[in-house]
Amino acid sequence: MHVTREDLDTQARTVLGTLKPTLTPKERLTLPPQPMPSRDPVERRTSMAEVAEGYTPAQAQLEANRCLQCKNAPCIAGCPVHIDIPGFLAKAAQGDFKGALGVIQQSSLLPAICGRVCPQEVQCQAPCTVGKSLKSLDKAVSIGRVERFVADLAREENSASVPNCAPATGKRVAVVGSGPASVSAAADLRRWGHEVTILEAFHKPGGVLVYGIPEFRLPKAIVAQEMDNLKAMGVQFQTNFLVGRTRKLKDLLDKDGYDAVFIGSGAGLPKFMHIDGENLVGVFSANEYLTRCNLMKAYDSDRSATPIYQSQRVAVLGGGNVAMDAARSALRLGAQEVSIIYRRSEQEMPARREEVEHAKEEGVRFLTLHNAQRILGDEKGRVKNVELLAYELGEPDASGRRSPVPIRGSESLLEVDTVIVAIGNDSNPLLRQTTPELEVNKNGNFVVDDEGRTSLDRVWAGGDIVLGAATVILAMGQGRAAAASIHRRLSSEA
Amino acid sequence: MNKILEKRRLSNDVYLMRFEAPLIASERRAGQFLIIQIDTDFGERIPLTIADADPREGSITIIFQAVGMTTRRLAEKNAGDTLENVLGPLGQPTHIENFGHAVCVGGGIGVAPLHPIAQALKAAGNKLTVIMGARNKDLIILEDQMRALADEVILCTDDGSAGLKALVTQPLKELCEGPAKPDLVVAIGPPIMMKFCAETTRPYGVKTMVSLNTIMVDGTGMCGGCRVNVGGKTRFVCVDGPEFDGHLVDFDNMLLRLQSYKGREEKDRHKCQIGLETPQAGA
Repeated sequence: MHVTREDLDTQARTVLGTLKPTLTPKERLTLPPQPMPSRDPVERRTSMAEVAEGYTPAQAQLEANRCLQCKNAPCIAGCPVHIDIPGFLAKAAQGDFKGALGVIQQSSLLPAICGRVCPQEVQCQAPCTVGKSLKSLDKAVSIGRVERFVADLAREENSASVPNCAPATGKRVAVVGSGPASVSAAADLRRWGHEVTILEAFHKPGGVLVYGIPEFRLPKAIVAQEMDNLKAMGVQFQTNFLVGRTRKLKDLLDKDGYDAVFIGSGAGLPKFMHIDGENLVGVFSANEYLTRCNLMKAYDSDRSATPIYQSQRVAVLGGGNVAMDAARSALRLGAQEVSIIYRRSEQEMPARREEVEHAKEEGVRFLTLHNAQRILGDEKGRVKNVELLAYELGEPDASGRRSPVPIRGSESLLEVDTVIVAIGNDSNPLLRQTTPELEVNKNGNFVVDDEGRTSLDRVWAGGDIVLGAATVILAMGQGRAAAASIHRRLSSEA
Repeated sequence: MNKILEKRRLSNDVYLMRFEAPLIASERRAGQFLIIQIDTDFGERIPLTIADADPREGSITIIFQAVGMTTRRLAEKNAGDTLENVLGPLGQPTHIENFGHAVCVGGGIGVAPLHPIAQALKAAGNKLTVIMGARNKDLIILEDQMRALADEVILCTDDGSAGLKALVTQPLKELCEGPAKPDLVVAIGPPIMMKFCAETTRPYGVKTMVSLNTIMVDGTGMCGGCRVNVGGKTRFVCVDGPEFDGHLVDFDNMLLRLQSYKGREEKDRHKCQIGLETPQAGA
């Protein structure tokens, strides 16, 4: 049964009204965990508007009051950028939301985005004492939701201030790409007084935040605002600039006068299954499908010039966030039936819990313990069926997850007209092809030291180009570590 | 922003456009292409080939046929206007060396991307034969430039209104059988022409490179929409190509994939024609 935001707010206010000024830990544990208000599943599956509506002030304050303020703060260790989580929750618990945002901003630059896209249940919320005491990870303090609330509130009230920048150092840094790693690095470098230029290959900045993550999960207006903040700080943007082609990496240093380069170009080469039928008409990488839908706005078919495949029955191969995004986008683009095909069980799915739940509520079918064997087409070369093989779980493999074992003779056919492959990305070959001096590992990812330094002098890297496919917050952490290293180097040369 | 310096109509729906793009002009090599988008919010990104470049002026030249929504809108732009988004140069440059006798085969608008490749092959010391094909004499482009460059130009039209009344594969076959057998063939044109050029040279074992123009979104390797089957392997036209060994390309699959959005394209053409009628009537 769907509960509206208004009802959740009323309930939260009632509890909040009865709270004593000081609470014992035991009392805090009895406070009701606050669900994320979301739009009605039936209505939202035909709309691009954001699904998760965000806490109300009462919900945010009540949820923050559930935090026990543990002395050892295990949540901080779980956060890749080590936000002072008890610190910001203490302020939010008092209703000081602006103060709470101030605490977050000491460590994180994109709280409105991270609050939405971080996999909190495996990071800060996993070790939360509240969850452990109540013996349910789902009952841990919803740190990410409170984070999102305080960031959204400041944006809506226009009270977030543009950070001050140190006096100009005269040093110039080129930042390649404009996704999470790059914008984090750019913001820090600019604050320290360096001249920063972001070089983006697409026609709009934001990287995966604009081409990959859909509007209904991360409204593009929020990303645009973050980009505007960077511009207000004096960061320059050059779009339609592909480093390696428009300009060689080394030319940025040797000819264009940059003192350092940070590469945060992401993991941009979609993986395919290498099964029969993968080049049939109607088979897409999730990157292509999502880019058409998000960046190119194909969902707005009256205005967008970019076409998107008209699908009725869709199979999405994969179990990560990208697979959920593709499946839910397909529904919104008019598909009647969308199935997630994943060869392990739901427990092993790497997608955020909330995304899996939202996908289910919207009617996405989960064919777990199944994998695509081949794709069959009709006489026009269009997708007709996907042949599935059932799996069972065996012993844990190298990743620590129980390995999927195919069940012999379990083949079955699923009738579909579209297959979306969402099994991750390989590293884009462009920079390593055009910069042979850059050391890469066997997967083609850049090799860096713990400060993000590559094998090339004055060149740093971070995010998915180093990590392979990872998360927004990890990319941000790497961007900031590299920025600090760049700053140390440039300061030593001043 | 890229300022348009010149626009010229070459034939019925074929246009030449020269515009400012200093970095692309200095970095581009024969065989590379661009992605152009007209409207940042709602425009589509389309790949177009580079016909020429002038690094001193900082300009590049494209030749395109106004057949889809975006190329039609592009054709409406004039000198002094700007192009919002131009990305390039993309793709691997053509491998150029002195092969001996190089034969460049261009069909229709495919003569435009062929031009810089012919230039580079000639500059590398090759004996250069150019075979140019078009439906009729009005659709022939860059004939003077090719004549200035090549040792021999063989012109073919479907209706015989200029040169031979033949398909480009006929003189190509004769060259393969003759005393001056080609050491390299580069064929650029409609996919079906490239397919039959590859079939023509296959029995003679003449290496035949083709330049593919598939559906693309980003042009940087990110979307995989441009993938083709080459020698049993999936390759991306944008980062592995656009040139491949024509004898290894699965043209039939590529032709099918090019039809992916046919329904939508027809709808747009209809819409587009309606939109275009008013300004044309007033012009």
